Amino acid sequence: MTPPQRIDRRAFVARLLAAVPDALVVTGLGSASYDVFAAGDRDGNYYLWGAMGGAASLGLGLALAQPDRPVVVITGDGEQLMGIGSLATVGVKQPRNLTLVVLDNGHFGETGMQQSHSSLGTDLVAVARGFGIPDALSMDHIDGCDDVVQRIRAGAGTAFVQVFIEASEPPRALPPRDGPFIKNRFRAALGLQPF
Amino acid sequence: MTASAKPVPDWQKDIFRVLKEGGIHQIAYVPDAGHAHVIRSAIADPAIQDVVLTTEEEGVALSCGAWLGGQRCAVLMQSSGVGNCVNMFSLLQAADFPFFTLVTMRGEYAEFNPWQGPMGKKTQAALELMGIHVLRASEPAEVAEIVSAGLDAAFEAGEKVAVLLSQSLIGRKKWERH
Repeated sequence: MTPPQRIDRRAFVARLLAAVPDALVVTGLGSASYDVFAAGDRDGNYYLWGAMGGAASLGLGLALAQPDRPVVVITGDGEQLMGIGSLATVGVKQPRNLTLVVLDNGHFGETGMQQSHSSLGTDLVAVARGFGIPDALSMDHIDGCDDVVQRIRAGAGTAFVQVFIEASEPPRALPPRDGPFIKNRFRAALGLQPF
Repeated sequence: MTASAKPVPDWQKDIFRVLKEGGIHQIAYVPDAGHAHVIRSAIADPAIQDVVLTTEEEGVALSCGAWLGGQRCAVLMQSSGVGNCVNMFSLLQAADFPFFTLVTMRGEYAEFNPWQGPMGKKTQAALELMGIHVLRASEPAEVAEIVSAGLDAAFEAGEKVAVLLSQSLIGRKKWERH
């Protein structure tokens, strides 16, 4: 099951986001949020601190509303598994500007590193394909990052990317927890007015 | 159980008209007979993104994403679906998102299926427990006004609003198979 090589999560996310400065980014709760924040806070980042299972759906709504901007959801295997049906929903809509990146360490990192389904038999790429997302791939080397960047820039179709990362716990880098602040900052960056 | 060939009730046409006039650009749904016309109309309307969900909580998150991107989303569900959403409703409070859902009721009027009772009878309480303001339409003639009032409260005042569409509007479900 476990591939021999695993990627450093912080290095991958930092390299990815540096290459797509105009991408709108949605993060699943927990470590994915910390990774994105550690890569550099941006007004176009929307950090979730809860709503487990909702990252892909939130990204879908955003991608449909902003078809001319790349939308990248960065989440973990546990978060994606909880909202696994949302991959079917994404598979139906397939916005060209949506990329789902699952940082997969095969564990629930926030709660004591219990093994998750993705290291106990679930093949998330097969699941994504089965849900109708043909451009689904996995990677176990950081150079794969360039393929993801290419897809985000091309905006040629929904992509699902499973990134095999080390089950490490890098130092916490905590983004703001103030939901209204993050929301209003994000909307302002898009030029949207308050009601 | 025939799904079509019945005339569309005016109140269902009213709902779609109100959603259009209210600037709704995404309609996310888990189907119900009472939503059938709105769903068909959304699918047929190129200006509206129709999003079929596997579970209603996806619609809560999708609606927040739509708002982040500058669009208004309406979520259609049946009363049982409210139970599926409970934790995801936290997102609405934690980040203070506007939210608008239309909920067709089961388990409250001439119900045939006892499995609809437990959630249907607690739907309003569950919504209110999670901080969602509940309006209800029970007469066909009042549907348009109440849906419109709820939509305005959601997107003009940023409230989280559910409009319950009473089971009496939808009528007795026919269980005979042809």
